[in-house]
Amino acid sequence: MYGMRQRASRGPTRAIRWTLAALALALSGGCKPEPSKSTGSVTAKTGGAVVANGEVDLPADDGQWVRPAKDFASTRFSGLTEITTSNVKNLRTIATFSTGALRGHESAPIVVGSTMYVITPFPNVVYALDLTKPGLPAKWSFNPKPALASQGVACCDVVNRGLVFDAGKLFFNTLDNRTIAIDANTGKPVWETKVGDINLGETMTMAPLVAHGVVLIGDSGGEMGVRGWLKGLDENSGKVLWTAYHTGPDKDVLIGANFKAYYPKDQGKDLGVSSWPPDAWKIGGGTTWGWISYDPTLDLIFYGSANPGPWNPEVRPGDNKWTSTIFARKPTTGEAVWAYQLSPHDVHDYDGVNEQVLADIPISGQTRKVLIRPDRNGYVYVMDRATGQVLSAEPYGFINASAGVDLTTGQLKMNPEKEPKLGKVVREICPAAPGTKDWQPSAYSPRTGLLYIPHQNLCMDEESLSANYIAGTPYVGMNVKMYPGPGGNRGEFEAWNPQTGKQVWAIKEDLPVWSGAMVTAGDVVFYGTMDGWFKAVDARNGTVLWQFKTGSGIIGQPITYKGPDGHQYVAVLSGVGGWSGAIVAGGLDARDSSAAAGFVNVMRDLPSKTTKGGMLYVFGL
Amino acid sequence: MSGAVSPRQERLVLLVPLATLLLVSVTKSGVVTAFAGNARDATLRVCADPNNLPFSNTRGEGFENHLARMIARDRGASVQYTWWAQRRGFVRNTLNARECDLVVGTVAGMEMLASTRPYYKSTYVFVSRRDRRLAIRSFDDSALRRLKIGVQLVGDDFANTPPVHALANRGLRGNLVGYTVYGDYREPNPPARIIDAVVKGDVDVAVAWGPMAGYFAARSRVPLDVVPVSPRIDLPFLPFVFDISMGVRYGDSTFRHQLDDFIERRRSSIDSLLAVYGVPRVDRPPARREGDGGIGGG
Repeated sequence: MYGMRQRASRGPTRAIRWTLAALALALSGGCKPEPSKSTGSVTAKTGGAVVANGEVDLPADDGQWVRPAKDFASTRFSGLTEITTSNVKNLRTIATFSTGALRGHESAPIVVGSTMYVITPFPNVVYALDLTKPGLPAKWSFNPKPALASQGVACCDVVNRGLVFDAGKLFFNTLDNRTIAIDANTGKPVWETKVGDINLGETMTMAPLVAHGVVLIGDSGGEMGVRGWLKGLDENSGKVLWTAYHTGPDKDVLIGANFKAYYPKDQGKDLGVSSWPPDAWKIGGGTTWGWISYDPTLDLIFYGSANPGPWNPEVRPGDNKWTSTIFARKPTTGEAVWAYQLSPHDVHDYDGVNEQVLADIPISGQTRKVLIRPDRNGYVYVMDRATGQVLSAEPYGFINASAGVDLTTGQLKMNPEKEPKLGKVVREICPAAPGTKDWQPSAYSPRTGLLYIPHQNLCMDEESLSANYIAGTPYVGMNVKMYPGPGGNRGEFEAWNPQTGKQVWAIKEDLPVWSGAMVTAGDVVFYGTMDGWFKAVDARNGTVLWQFKTGSGIIGQPITYKGPDGHQYVAVLSGVGGWSGAIVAGGLDARDSSAAAGFVNVMRDLPSKTTKGGMLYVFGL
Repeated sequence: MSGAVSPRQERLVLLVPLATLLLVSVTKSGVVTAFAGNARDATLRVCADPNNLPFSNTRGEGFENHLARMIARDRGASVQYTWWAQRRGFVRNTLNARECDLVVGTVAGMEMLASTRPYYKSTYVFVSRRDRRLAIRSFDDSALRRLKIGVQLVGDDFANTPPVHALANRGLRGNLVGYTVYGDYREPNPPARIIDAVVKGDVDVAVAWGPMAGYFAARSRVPLDVVPVSPRIDLPFLPFVFDISMGVRYGDSTFRHQLDDFIERRRSSIDSLLAVYGVPRVDRPPARREGDGGIGGG
């Protein structure tokens, strides 16, 4: 029934073998001595540059993991080499820690010096664990006590995607829209800034990024009529330095004289107004709840905005800029340098918030500074990160909602037959609303040159009308029903070559892979499954080398670090939930196929496969 | 599907006599308590929005608050509320989390809960200032082309309130001004901002759900006209009239039958109550207030 695209697995490509030749150099990089605790030594650079002569120039790894994506380039690559493809089978549990929270645990633990920090979903409690003592006992905890009401007034879920360390402080967001800085040693609050209001439907779930002394944060809640933004806060005072909106006039979007979009479709004055019906941009969505990368050399941050809302598609003709758009901005001023709209006039809920992995890779014989972006719409975009030019955009899953990206115009070629409309039955829309990949971040190894993408394989029908009732207001909505895509597997973990735009290997998973990925210089890739298996895989061929069943489904982000004893450890949070796991964490009724915006229909069996509950697992040899 | 009594609801009417079978138990304190279904003691546990008149608020001023008191009194119980904004997650976090047992107002046939027989049917209405003399009655009125039209947005994927679709289908999307039903929750009754917009002249006409519009129009300092929309159903299937029921959990069928029975027995009181709140009705002429307990509540 599906004309599934052939994406045969194959062995290492020539480019990889070519990269292999440079391994010795990478390995010789070794590990620097333990950084001093007081500074935390943040030295992340863009992901290892592969220079033109084929040598891999990897930055020495400090053994820490100070932000969810490990480095500014968002590679989630660790230079640690103690754990290898040969010994990973000996991994055993070193310590566990219950977070006491029951909702989805999407965050990454972080490691600074000899302390690990964990943040829970609502109520967003931060724990500091002592890595120098057996069992990793807690040193302190900090409870920001977010307003209970944020659960009810908020749009969607109560997850938190992580905290970040910089210059002696930890920074994180609470569901009720506060950005908080606490002292990393004592857990005492340093400053707190309220940046949004739950009463307006705003919430915050993303992990901040600190770049150039600026704490970068964004909001959630596009479905509630929130106008999306990104803000820059002063790292030392919490003062809001700038706000960049994602709809409205150029002055609000911080588009000025230095802005230059690569494609004509993204050029013009005040497109954030003119690409909407009158005033619709004022409540147009385009929130920011995903990932931000930073290139210190270009001094640019890269991130994406979410889908348009709350108008249904027929009532918002136009591109609806700047929703589902990648922005490049200066971190200190917020000024936009370029923008590229991935999904103009989004009709499928394809938020544009996924990660940007920064790497310098050979494309057509030339080393290019690129941004690699596996988008929700199903394409891996490889873009010149200085200009916003799309160098390639190839499907990494089955897509029929669109027919590719025109590299001349930058335009996504939408398939009008798959466009939803109230009262019109549309079947087999692929990918489904969560996209080929949702928030769950991929990892990139400069050693293999491969991107490791955890994702789902889901399609959806929009069919029968059903009555709904919100705030005393009845209406008829479409029933969205998701189901497995071609092949029947709901998830996949795949290795992708961004140079060739081809899949290298893939592991089919029964459930959507809703966890992040992490890869090491030992050529081991880690990810977790929604039924609780934590897996270690050979980065070069996808062979599963080790797996461990945790207490609950894994939707968190694995990390690795060098402990105070000099040995390498791996950590991950277990605790099912999120959009895909709402049936378990939220106790949804499996009989209601439309629950969780149609996701429950395809996850009915999850309650028989896992139970909720947050737990940190730390593994070592 | 809303808009008509479903076969299931008709069948339930036949089961109403069963609902009169009350069980008797002795609580820990030794007080003999009549109860049925999951009403474990003399408390009626109601899930309600704390800030959404004319339906409910924490001061008990809404008609759903009155109805809850009537039901409680009927059962010899007192009302206990679980407050939660009636939004995405409301049923999941209140009724289906077993924090409470009754949603007083819900659209009939909503999938997340088991609905009782409908106790009223209302309609979307045009609301405009009387001094404008617009007399808009139909989505096909050509005068709409020259007007700014306020509509409400619910932020559901691919769907909005029915007037949005009806007006967009008629090429009037450029005339629309959107107000989210969520509004600013710090303010009283956030969905009512669309009525304020009519009063202030921000829009020429608004299309809003009848009970909310009727209530605030009746209390407006500026006289407003409230006119049911036409047609009632836009083909192929876009209804503007909806049956409103009470909701209980699936499986609480005894309780549901008791509520069906209550609705049938106290129909005239309910009609009077809704009339006092200015609820536009399309299921029957608004009933006169009768002397069987009325709307005072307990």
